[in-house]
Amino acid sequence: MQIEMSGIVCRYGETPAVDGVDLTVGEGEFLALLGPSGSGKTTLLRIMAGLEMPEAGGLALAGKNALALPPNKRHIGFVFQNYALFRHMTVARNIAFGLEVRPGSTRPSKQQIRERVAELLDLVQLPGMGGRLPAQLSGGQRQRVALARALAIEPRILLLDEPFGALDAKVRAELGEWLKALHKRLGLTIVFVTHDQEEAMNLAQRIVVMRRGRIEQDDAPARLYAEPASAFVYDFLGAANRLPCRVEGSRAYLADGTGFDLPASIRPSEATRSSLWFRPHQVALEPTPDTAGTWLPGTVRDIIAAGPHVRILLDHAGASIAALLPAEELPPGLTIGSLCHWSPQSWRVYGDI
Amino acid sequence: MALILLATVLLVIFFVLPLVLVFSAALGEGWGKVATALTDPEALASIRLTALVALIAVPCNLAFGLAAAWAIAKFTFPGRSLLVTMIDLPFSVSPVVAGLMYVLIFGLQGWLGPWLRLHDIKIIFAVPGIVLVTIFVTLPFVARELIPLMEAQGRQEEEAALLLGASGWQVFRRVTLPNVRWGLLYGVLLCNARAMGEFGAVSVVSGHIRGLTNTMPLQIEVLYNDYNIVAAFAVAALLALLAMVTLIAKSLLAWRLALHGDELI
Repeated sequence: MQIEMSGIVCRYGETPAVDGVDLTVGEGEFLALLGPSGSGKTTLLRIMAGLEMPEAGGLALAGKNALALPPNKRHIGFVFQNYALFRHMTVARNIAFGLEVRPGSTRPSKQQIRERVAELLDLVQLPGMGGRLPAQLSGGQRQRVALARALAIEPRILLLDEPFGALDAKVRAELGEWLKALHKRLGLTIVFVTHDQEEAMNLAQRIVVMRRGRIEQDDAPARLYAEPASAFVYDFLGAANRLPCRVEGSRAYLADGTGFDLPASIRPSEATRSSLWFRPHQVALEPTPDTAGTWLPGTVRDIIAAGPHVRILLDHAGASIAALLPAEELPPGLTIGSLCHWSPQSWRVYGDI
Repeated sequence: MALILLATVLLVIFFVLPLVLVFSAALGEGWGKVATALTDPEALASIRLTALVALIAVPCNLAFGLAAAWAIAKFTFPGRSLLVTMIDLPFSVSPVVAGLMYVLIFGLQGWLGPWLRLHDIKIIFAVPGIVLVTIFVTLPFVARELIPLMEAQGRQEEEAALLLGASGWQVFRRVTLPNVRWGLLYGVLLCNARAMGEFGAVSVVSGHIRGLTNTMPLQIEVLYNDYNIVAAFAVAALLALLAMVTLIAKSLLAWRLALHGDELI
C-alpha cells in the first residue's frame, strides 16, 4: 500500500518534532527513516500509524485520505521499540489478539485462530513457544513475537520503530536478514526507524535522512553514501575527517595552500566557511612519498589494531586525522611519533553547517 | 539483632496485645454473651448499615479510582496536577472536618438545607450522608494504588492494542484492566477496610440514631459509653476480625505479586 505524506507539521509544545515533511513511500517499498534522536523520525512513523495527529499536512494511504481514520481502523502493522507485548497474555494470545478483537462477523473461528497462530509462530521461528509469557522470552524472541503479532492482521504496511536497537549484534543481523526475506516474500510496504546507518544501509532500498524535523536527503543507500547532500549527512553516515578550507572557483584550498579539485556535483558558496571531508579508509599513507599527488605531512600519534584493520591517528597542523588501513598494508617502520605523509584519495567539500 | 528484637517487642505491645485483649474482653464471659450481643437488633442494624455503606462506597470509589488513575497516568491535560492534589485531599483533611463540610452543605442550616427540606430529602443524620462522607474519606485508596502502577506501565500496550484493531472498550477490557487487576484488588481491599472502620466523619453526619444511623464503629462507642463492655467488645471483635481478614487477603496478594513479579502486575 502506498503512503503519501505532504506538508506534515507536528509540534510537542513549542518545538516542532516534524517540520514540513513531504514523503511518498511506494507500494512494496522497504524504506528506512534515519536520523539522530530528536530528528522527528519516530514522530513521523507514529503519524503514519495514527498515534499522533499532525498539526498541518495530509496523509493518504493507498490514495485515500487517512488522517481522519483512527489507528484501529488503519490496518497497519506496528512494532514498538520495546515490543509492547501484552505482559499478562501468553505468546499465543498476544499473536491472536488482532484476530480476537475483530467484530463478530469477521472474526475467524477459534480453530482458525489457533491455526493462524501456529503458522505465525513457525514463520517467526518460535514453534511450540505459544504457551510462554513475554517475561520468559529473550529480547530477540520478544521481537519475533511482536512481529508475528503485527503480521497476524495481515497488514499491507508494516512500521517498525528502532526494531533491532535493543538486541546484540548477532541477533540483530539475523533478524535483519529474516525481515528482508519476509519483505521479498510478502511484498509488504515496510518503513522502519533507526539511528544506525549501517542497519539502514543493510536493509533498506531507500533511506530518508532526517534532521530537526525535516528531510535532509532521500536516496538509495549506495547513492546516499557516495554523494551525501550535506555535511550533516556525510558526518552521520560514518567516521569522517574534516579540515577547514576555502573555496575559490573549482578548487578548495586548505590553510597551508594545498588545493583540491571540487567534485563535479558540488558548488559550495565561496563566501561561507567550508570544510574538506574524507573518510579514514580514503586516506593513503606513505612514510616517504615517491608517487605524484598531493601529500601532506603528519605525525603518528597512535596506532590502534582493530581486527583486520589498523587505525592510525595523525597530527596535521593541530588537526587530528584518522586513517584506516588493512592490517597488511601498514607501512613497515611506522611507529608512534614517526613522521609520515598522507593523502585523501577521495573527498567532498561542504559549506559548514 | 537488637533492633529486630526491639521491633518485635514493640509490635507485640502495640499491635498484637491490644488485638488479643479485644477478643479476650469480648469472650470474657463466654460465647453466649457474644452471641446475644451480636444478635441484638441494634447491633444487627449497625452491621447491616456498615455492610450497606461499604457496598455502595467501595464500588463508587472503584469506578472513580480507575477512571482518575487512567486519566492521570495515561494522558496529560490541563488541571492534571490539580486532580492529583484533589485525590489526596481526603487523606490530608481530618475526617471530622470532612464530616462538618458535608453538614455545612447538606445540613438544615447548610447551603442546600432549605431546598432539601422543601423536597423532603434527608441527607444529614441519615444513611445518604453516611454513604457520602464514607465515599469522600475512602476516595484516594484505589486511585493512589493505581496511578504509580499505570504510570510505570505506560501507554504502549494500549497503543499496540489499538493498532491491532481493538476498540476503546476492548483496549480497556483486554489490556488496561488485566494489567492492573492485582493492584486494583489491593486498593479495593484497603478502601473496604477503611469504609467499614471509618468513625470520625461518619460520627459527625450520622446523628447517632440507634438502630437507624449507627454504623459498627458508632455502635461500639455507644455500647461502651453505656458501660455495656462485653457487647461493645463483641462488636469490636467482629470489626477487628473483618479488618484482619482484609489484612490477610492483602498480604496474600502482596506475596503473590512478589512471587510472580512483573507478569502478574
